[in-house]
Amino acid sequence: MKVSLQGVSARHPAAGAGLAAAIDGLRLEIAAGDQLAVIGPSGAGKTTLLHLLACAIQPSAGQLQLDGVDPWQLSRARLQALRGTLFLAPQVPPLPPRQRVVTAVLAGRLPRIGLLHSLRSLFYPTGIALADAALARFDLSEKLFARVDRLSGGERQRVALARALVAQPRLLLVDEPLSALDPTRAGQAMVSLTQAARESGASLVATLHDVPMALANFPRIVGLRGGVLAFDLPAAAVTPQLLESLYAQHLDELKGVQSVLDIAPAAAAVPVAMTCR
Amino acid sequence: MNGAATTVGVQPRDPAWWGRVFWLLAAVVLLWPLFVLAEFKPWILLSPGSLKPALRFVAGFFPPRMDGEFLWLVARETWRTVAIATAGLVLAMLVAIPLALLSVRVLSISALAGPMARLPAAMRIAVRAVLVLLRSVPELIWALVFVRVVGLGPTSGVLAIALTYGGMLGKVYAEILESGETHATTALLRNGSGRIQAFFYALLPASAAELTSYTVYRWECAIRSSAVLGFVGAGGLGQLMDSSMKMFNGGEVSTMLLVFVALVALTDRLSAWLRKALG
Repeated sequence: MKVSLQGVSARHPAAGAGLAAAIDGLRLEIAAGDQLAVIGPSGAGKTTLLHLLACAIQPSAGQLQLDGVDPWQLSRARLQALRGTLFLAPQVPPLPPRQRVVTAVLAGRLPRIGLLHSLRSLFYPTGIALADAALARFDLSEKLFARVDRLSGGERQRVALARALVAQPRLLLVDEPLSALDPTRAGQAMVSLTQAARESGASLVATLHDVPMALANFPRIVGLRGGVLAFDLPAAAVTPQLLESLYAQHLDELKGVQSVLDIAPAAAAVPVAMTCR
Repeated sequence: MNGAATTVGVQPRDPAWWGRVFWLLAAVVLLWPLFVLAEFKPWILLSPGSLKPALRFVAGFFPPRMDGEFLWLVARETWRTVAIATAGLVLAMLVAIPLALLSVRVLSISALAGPMARLPAAMRIAVRAVLVLLRSVPELIWALVFVRVVGLGPTSGVLAIALTYGGMLGKVYAEILESGETHATTALLRNGSGRIQAFFYALLPASAAELTSYTVYRWECAIRSSAVLGFVGAGGLGQLMDSSMKMFNGGEVSTMLLVFVALVALTDRLSAWLRKALG
């Protein structure tokens, strides 16, 4: 799916009307099949950006276009149908604890199937093979019929990612998909996710805390700071200096970058407002 | 510096103390006229003039009548009472579930981003008004109405329970659904699911145990309530109890009361078991 943001501002999904915008005058173009990672310190507006793209919040200024259409000009039914082609995987896996994994994963395809089919699938799951294949990508097939509350935090996160694959969206938005995974699992999950998106031709936008992981798996990196675009570059062009100024005063969040990029010990980093576009 | 001040100076006082005293006194002052109005004089219970007839009345309950013929009659009427309560409750659920789903805010698609659209908001208010109307009329009044429409017998009891309990269940179902964990539901709606799909795949599994235990508790209430409805001719144990009372047959009444104790204990076990199975 082609995405275009023209000077878009928006507030955090949980914020009241009086609060400052979490995203301010953002310009961003995403082509169909693009894969990009959004990085930046806490409070930079990463989650708000994903909610904006998922049509979960309305921009307070500027224009959002998905495939050339402004979703907020559509009727409510058309907008809901459009949402069915997007998929937002929130940071906390949205899984009911008493549900079985197979049902939780198959819930991803609800917009594609009718009400009767979805009720029949509750009686006897109609997509066991589909759910199994999605779970297998995250090495979790053996939990197919387990209950969600019997899973660890990392397993739940992978179940939520499997649901995202079953949804077969045209724009896949994942918020911190690796926060509860150990490094090996996180690497595997990232590869599965980008590969699945590539196979289906979906555009993929992921917010990541883990900067080396972002640089290793995504061709394009978007840096956000204070709700403003700091840079939008190919992964190879992201220099340690850019990262340092992006995370200035938040250097503790820039974990593990030293080993990958081999930065010299950070001298007193001066916050630089930087725009590379 | 702060620490030094507290050790040297006097101990700081709890600033919330006066507020607590005030609200406690306010509660007493507000409750007193209510007790006066309700003529709450418990000491009358112990005066010899009222104690004697009360004891005589209670003494008439012993021993419970336990002969085979009467027990058979009680068993048949018990079965009818349970049937009235169950049928009434099932009909009440048929009324309550759609109304609860219509009034639950969490399942609103327009409220996902920004305030709810005007038409759905108005509909939710209308549905809540219907629920208030249904449950504000006591089931006894509904029963008196239906006895005149469909005649004496269990049907009027079933219909009376269906209407009043429909209102109660609808309100409480909606409250249980809204107070539970709604993250999973909003996530599904946000990803394009329909409302009913989101209900069955996220909202229902999140609060199934609470809904079940409340429904079983209401079933217990319906059993008790169908006994009261029997007094106005809606059939079941209540009607039998009414005739025994009129004949001053305390032994028969106490047998039926024992049956009620057993029924309530049974629903208690059932509820505990269901909660465990769903929890």
